Amino acid sequence: MSKDAGGTVIGRSVPRLEDRPLLTGQGRFAANISFPGQLHMRVVRSAVAHGKLTGLDASAALNVPGVHAVWTAADVAHIPPIGFRLTGLTELEPYRQYVLARDRVRYVGEPVAAVFASDPYIAEDAADLVDVRTEDLPSIIDAAEQPGFYDDERRTEPAIIRKGYGDVDAAFAQAQHIVELELSIGRHSGVPIETRGVIATYDEERDVLAMYGAAKVPHWNRDSIAMMLGRKLETVQLFEGHVGGGFGIRGELYPEDLLACAAALKFRKPVKWIEDRREHLIAANHSRQQRHKIRAAVDDHGRILGLDDTFFHDNGAYMRTHAATVPDLAAAMLPGPYIVPAYRAHGHIRLTNKTPCGTYRAPGRYESTFVRERLMDAIAQRIQVDRLEIRRRNLIAKEQMPYDARTATLGTDIIYDSGDYAGLLRRVDRHYGLARAIARAEQRRSTGVLAGVGLAMFVEKSGLGPSDLVRITLHADGTTEVVTGSASVGQGMETAMAQICAGALGIDYATVRVIHGQTDRIERGGGAYASRVTVMTGEATHRAACDLRAKALAAAAPLMQTTPDRLTIAGGVITRVNGGASMPLAELARIVSLTGEGIFEYKHMVYPYGVHIAEVLVDAESGGVTVERYFVGYDIGRAVNPMLIEGQIAGGVAQGIGGALYEDFRYAENGEPLSVSFADYLMPTAHEIPRIELLLTEDAPSPLNSLGLKGAGEGGANAAGAAIASAVDDAIGLPGAITELPITPQRLKALLRGLPPH
Amino acid sequence: MSKKQPITLNINNRDHKIEVEPRKTLVDAIRDDCGQTGTHIGCEHGICGACTVLVDGEPVRSCLMFAVQADGKTIRTVEGLANGDELHPMQKAFMDHHGLQCGFCTPGFLMLAVGVLEREPDISDEDLLDVLSSNLCRCTGYQNIIKAVRAAAAEMRGPR
Repeated sequence: MSKDAGGTVIGRSVPRLEDRPLLTGQGRFAANISFPGQLHMRVVRSAVAHGKLTGLDASAALNVPGVHAVWTAADVAHIPPIGFRLTGLTELEPYRQYVLARDRVRYVGEPVAAVFASDPYIAEDAADLVDVRTEDLPSIIDAAEQPGFYDDERRTEPAIIRKGYGDVDAAFAQAQHIVELELSIGRHSGVPIETRGVIATYDEERDVLAMYGAAKVPHWNRDSIAMMLGRKLETVQLFEGHVGGGFGIRGELYPEDLLACAAALKFRKPVKWIEDRREHLIAANHSRQQRHKIRAAVDDHGRILGLDDTFFHDNGAYMRTHAATVPDLAAAMLPGPYIVPAYRAHGHIRLTNKTPCGTYRAPGRYESTFVRERLMDAIAQRIQVDRLEIRRRNLIAKEQMPYDARTATLGTDIIYDSGDYAGLLRRVDRHYGLARAIARAEQRRSTGVLAGVGLAMFVEKSGLGPSDLVRITLHADGTTEVVTGSASVGQGMETAMAQICAGALGIDYATVRVIHGQTDRIERGGGAYASRVTVMTGEATHRAACDLRAKALAAAAPLMQTTPDRLTIAGGVITRVNGGASMPLAELARIVSLTGEGIFEYKHMVYPYGVHIAEVLVDAESGGVTVERYFVGYDIGRAVNPMLIEGQIAGGVAQGIGGALYEDFRYAENGEPLSVSFADYLMPTAHEIPRIELLLTEDAPSPLNSLGLKGAGEGGANAAGAAIASAVDDAIGLPGAITELPITPQRLKALLRGLPPH
Repeated sequence: MSKKQPITLNINNRDHKIEVEPRKTLVDAIRDDCGQTGTHIGCEHGICGACTVLVDGEPVRSCLMFAVQADGKTIRTVEGLANGDELHPMQKAFMDHHGLQCGFCTPGFLMLAVGVLEREPDISDEDLLDVLSSNLCRCTGYQNIIKAVRAAAAEMRGPR
């Protein structure tokens, strides 16, 4: 890794290339895409949490003028259940979801039928008339109870994730202290402001099925749709437009995608489906709900000897595309930045009669960071040292890098590539004045104000492989086109890729056009998830730009009567290093065709890390929590665009605060969802989110790519639940009191009722 | 379903003569019948504010109003903010302060902020926070939106 690689445009907070159409109302979001003669699809969904399907009568719906067809499971009997994209254990396969329910419904919101009509209002009217008859079956709501029956043969525990190493029992046998906690995390999801949407068209002349509204992983979804509908790959194309927020949930393959595609093929008409908000909250992936029972074996100094965690992961009614990803990540990454000599985790995957689950920003880590950092606070309390000191005593040292964490996930061994955890903690402590903040809160508490400070540390993962391909073409009009199979979910990847391309090539980043998410433009692509784009697509872009630069100089040299090594490119102009003649790249592009290609294949991830600090104020009367100040220290390895990274961190923290204090998909005993509108699923507004202060460091560039890059997408969310819980504990003067997220006013008031009077 | 009624929506100084069922929401009419898709739909129950437009100068959740209620009224949407190629100060400020990521909630925030500042150019920071907390954004964590709106407010007030 050379510090100079990438030129001066990397590391600058240049304005985004994406903004203008989004600011002027010209965004191409799914709902904005229409085709003449399109049919509108409305999905009929189960109203019961668990039942046998005993009958379905669509005759009244079919009689509504404008209704074209009503589909039931029989119409899609040829479509197999949706497969696994990641962590697809064989034993999970019987729990996959069909696009329409066959003989049972297993959650409120499960697609049972689909109505196709000339107008969305008519489709919705008709859907209400579809009579779905069910015979109720008992619902399972609590994943931590004994497993029940999924069907006649199978139980509701399809698999147990087992990870670990070392002699855990010996560690507990020799421990001076054993600290035990039971902790749970609520049911949250990304809930982007744009709901899901898909528009499928079929071009008979070319025999091409096209799907618009694609996101996140267009190539994987293209391959799956082709396979599921029995079509050749090249006859299915996916097109990503603007995407109104990703966060894990969007762009996974869902039943509605297949329904629209199959219907477009069948009816030979464009089919459009736009989800409404209630549907989104009950039908799109949920995430995070887990209950952990964790024990730590600790020596007299508070050093961890061993960890033993058993947890229950509530995956809802089916195994969707992520299969075991979330519990697998939770188990694999729980040890975090600390030395854990012996480790055992058993993650029980449980199915319940709730909306099926997938990932949500920092999947598995928001959960296990909460668990681990609650545990560190509890160890500090037991040993009677402060919360900073207990972490210092357990951190993996800089000299131990690269550090083999001895667990594996997502098909890779977890080996921390670089990091100076104690160094970051020192810098944060100095920068923030943590001791002063803690003293200030203490002082306020002495006057009866419930103020507290919390902190949490974490290691993130990013840059998931296995590969990315980028092609860059120099056009005669002076623009440079970067084509990637990666995707944009609104995070600013076009700007970041343009900067990396411009840096290596020696051009203005604003002349770079970044094409992404178009399966007809490039044969493969990894997509946008797991904070992978800046690392994987970024390195591929860097390589493609270097390739293109070399080709351009080789082509220019004879024309400029010199050799390539005596030429350089700056500001889009090829010049002799010793001065003299020059030639704009665009002019060269008119003479020769210039395309560079870059492939980056890597099976290991790269690991950024950070510290969160929260300062909160608790209102004893209402049980409300105000986040007064929030700080993140984050080591990014190398920052491409600090403004975009700050945006990622701030947005992640806001979502993390949401999960810590407000958001929860709640269910009644009978499986009826209670969080079905924005009045019930409470997301933070501008009132609830303070300014997020960021100390962005570049102390540990990754040795695994040429620019030293690591990802920024999930470090804001990762430790927010943990830091807020620690701060609330501190504020109410009850160490270890917070064992459950979100910390609702009801829960907090119950805790406060047990408070001794001041 | 009931009979369609003829109405006229004046959007960004242009009359759109359309026929809609009485139950059709204003946002659906703006998007589907008038082809102005810059106004987005986020929840259809009046909470997220993505569909905020100005009706006779007032910020309105266009998912909570029927199109027939806006008959003959003056409507402004995000498409009418820029003057040709020249962005409105609010649009420029959102760009300068990284006040948007995915951009889906942005038209609603822009119209909300412009509507309020045109009515109340000297609004206090506290009141402005109240106003901005009426719309939801899931990407930014809001602070850059607040910064952008404050910067645009100063720009819109002009030199004193």
